[in-house]
Amino acid sequence: MTARERIAGNVAGYVDDRTGAAKWMKKNLTKVFPDHWSFLLGEICLYSFIILLLSGTFLTFWFDPSQREVIYDGGYQPLSGLKMSAAYASTLHISFEVRGGLLMRQIHHWAALIFMVGIVVHLLRVYFTGAFRKPREFNWIIGVGLLTLGIVEGFLGYSLPDDLLSGTGIRIAEAIIQALPLVGSYIAFFAFGGTFPGEAFIPRIYTVHVLLLPGIFLALITVHLMLVWYQKHTQFPGPGRTEKNVVGYPLMPVYMAKAGGFFFIVFGVTAFLGAVASINPIWLYGPYTPGQISAGSQPDWYMGWLDGLVRMSPPLETHAFGHTISWNILIPGLILPGIMFTGLALYPFIESWATGDKREHHLLDRPRNTPNRTAIGVMALTFTVVALLNGGNDIIATTFHLTINQMMWFSRIGIVVLPPIAFVITKRLCLSLQRADRDLVLHGRETGRLVRMPNGEFTEIHEPISAEKAWTLTSHEQIAPLELPLADSAGVRRPGALKNKLRNRISRATAVAVSKATETERRELEGHH
Amino acid sequence: MSNEIEPIRDPGLPAHQHRQADTDPIAAQRAERQVAILFGLSAVGTLLLIYSYIFVKSDKFIFIPVLGNTNTQQLGLGMGMAVALFCIGAGAIHWAKTLMPDEEVIAQRHEFRSDDEDRAEFVKTVKSGAASAGLGRRPLIKRSLGVALGLSGLTPLLLLRDLGPLPKDNLQKTSWKAGTRLVTDPGDRPIRPEDLEIGAVAQTLPQLAPGEERTLNNIGKDAVLLIRLRPEEFNLTAERLSWTHEGIIAFSKICSHMGCAVALYEQQTKHLLCPCHQSTFDVTRAAKVIFGPAARPLPQLAITIDADGYLVAQQPFTEPIGPSFWERSS
Repeated sequence: MTARERIAGNVAGYVDDRTGAAKWMKKNLTKVFPDHWSFLLGEICLYSFIILLLSGTFLTFWFDPSQREVIYDGGYQPLSGLKMSAAYASTLHISFEVRGGLLMRQIHHWAALIFMVGIVVHLLRVYFTGAFRKPREFNWIIGVGLLTLGIVEGFLGYSLPDDLLSGTGIRIAEAIIQALPLVGSYIAFFAFGGTFPGEAFIPRIYTVHVLLLPGIFLALITVHLMLVWYQKHTQFPGPGRTEKNVVGYPLMPVYMAKAGGFFFIVFGVTAFLGAVASINPIWLYGPYTPGQISAGSQPDWYMGWLDGLVRMSPPLETHAFGHTISWNILIPGLILPGIMFTGLALYPFIESWATGDKREHHLLDRPRNTPNRTAIGVMALTFTVVALLNGGNDIIATTFHLTINQMMWFSRIGIVVLPPIAFVITKRLCLSLQRADRDLVLHGRETGRLVRMPNGEFTEIHEPISAEKAWTLTSHEQIAPLELPLADSAGVRRPGALKNKLRNRISRATAVAVSKATETERRELEGHH
Repeated sequence: MSNEIEPIRDPGLPAHQHRQADTDPIAAQRAERQVAILFGLSAVGTLLLIYSYIFVKSDKFIFIPVLGNTNTQQLGLGMGMAVALFCIGAGAIHWAKTLMPDEEVIAQRHEFRSDDEDRAEFVKTVKSGAASAGLGRRPLIKRSLGVALGLSGLTPLLLLRDLGPLPKDNLQKTSWKAGTRLVTDPGDRPIRPEDLEIGAVAQTLPQLAPGEERTLNNIGKDAVLLIRLRPEEFNLTAERLSWTHEGIIAFSKICSHMGCAVALYEQQTKHLLCPCHQSTFDVTRAAKVIFGPAARPLPQLAITIDADGYLVAQQPFTEPIGPSFWERSS
């Protein structure tokens, strides 16, 4: 035994004597994780979060979250002598005088964008592969919570510098609060410490941004990861992979090196973006004043869909009994997002109710094999993307020489018409892909080699696909639709018949599929050839 | 017939294929060198960062194709950091992929569900725990605890009351009074009608009393746009026409939708456009909404001139300015 091994042994022994960790570590250091590029998406979120904590801590050392008025006398000449808030002045100081300050600001902002992209793409991956099914519903809900908090945290973050652009964003947020029936004006006055903009809001959201929300994030992320660890990761179907096992590489050493290395890659890429790609150049916008604005005001992308919904809203307001209700703010700003996020959070329960499937699932679905779910997802995505496009309608209009009116009417009509069209097309595409899979298994792959038969006929040679591939394409389940009874044995209509009828109907729509190829069919065909 | 159908069978985990570095010691050595080079590059990145921090002046700029003129220090710090971090990651992953074992292993999953005995035991424990605490037998404790907990929940709500004052009539009123002069923003100069040419726009605020300080809170409510048209271009009621002066019309600059500054004026069409949500207001028709989500016109300020020939407000705004709120009556 070398000296080094002896020391390592002693340290390990010291820790184990006091914690009994050896037993747990022995088991978990060799824990198996399945490998797939899409499983890295969640990791990107985690690493961006760590980058946000590190770069954010750096920024707090210089940032002064105060709306007290100061006269700027820093290094950026064009704003010299201007009145501004200490928050804005200290952000300029970080950008121009603190060495590496601008880099850290840009890394922080880029990391926030990557964090949100990561969450959304991770969510799409989990949704379209059915990874949210039992037993992973809790983690799905935690994920939806993280997405929601991420949007709020991002908004608060870019509101802190108190520049003309972000101040306009706060103004809009204030208008949404103020639009709440009954309590709106009160909540707005409490939040802002009086009339907008006041001097209280930025110090307050600073505490929420750097303490309260990161704390909640940390707690939720910890539970999210512990559940992934405990429930073991899902895996894609393939040879040797079943609902009862998990096939992949051990944590020690492969995953430690890969995951640890990936953290540095994400950090490196974010640093590269911070180095070369300017983001939120607040010195160009100037300090906030409610009487001014810059054309082309845009929120960050994860708020864009919300702004897009507000922009396309029809001008509806109710004035009655001396009170005003602003539907043009409440519907796009609160009611629609409320419905969207509630639907998202409840989706696993809705699906299992509709299909009657209450079993555990650890093998992922290929999106084509669940046409209904895939089509619903694409439909929701289409809705959100139309809203997002409308959030940039002014930029799109000027870029492509359209009028703002054309853009707005495209969105107003498109947001109603396009999602159902997307649903139908996606469902058809999924079924076509299933048909293609079936052909591939039964007839083999096209080789591109054309052969002339003795009778003059040209034909393309097909080669059988491997047994592994054939299994991957056919291992999914095809569930028969529910047939819940509508009447009891005596032929009398049961209570709840309507509910059963609805479930049968949804279940039938869900079960639509091209029947998958079987060995029997394959053999029959071989007999013919 | 149906029970004769045989599905395609699982061929099982495919046999492991060795990599070059698994079998060829030279390839393994090459991989080792590559990893070391990546780690070495990372060190170079950190050196670049240190050099940029200490020796590069913060006011130096360098021209980089695509990026344009770039601050040298910022670029050096950023690129140094990017290379230092990225290469550690790339090295670690290359190491894992070429030299660490790549044989897939199979682990079994366990069922999450506890067995029936444990479940029954759990229910029993909870029940006996609750029973021994006597919650069911002592309703007085249960009810009084419920009341106490419920009431204590009010504490945080109550303590947050002092976050701000009550709105009172703050949302209803602005600083404009009868006779308040309109002054330019910026500059605070009073305005005569002849200062504005036809087609011109001016951003104005109420004149401050001596010693008064202008706050952002005031600007957020008081900002007013002046626009001068030819009087015959207006299409207004007699009352609203009397609120204009020689073709000069004044509107609140705070959007009636969500409070952004309505700052874009199109001279040809005489439309005002809010850049936030593109609500469009027709100046000739008392800022009637002709497009977008806003539901109300911009409030019009009645103006005239005072004895010295400067523009003044005839009266305060007759309705609240800015976005809607519950207590707004029209």
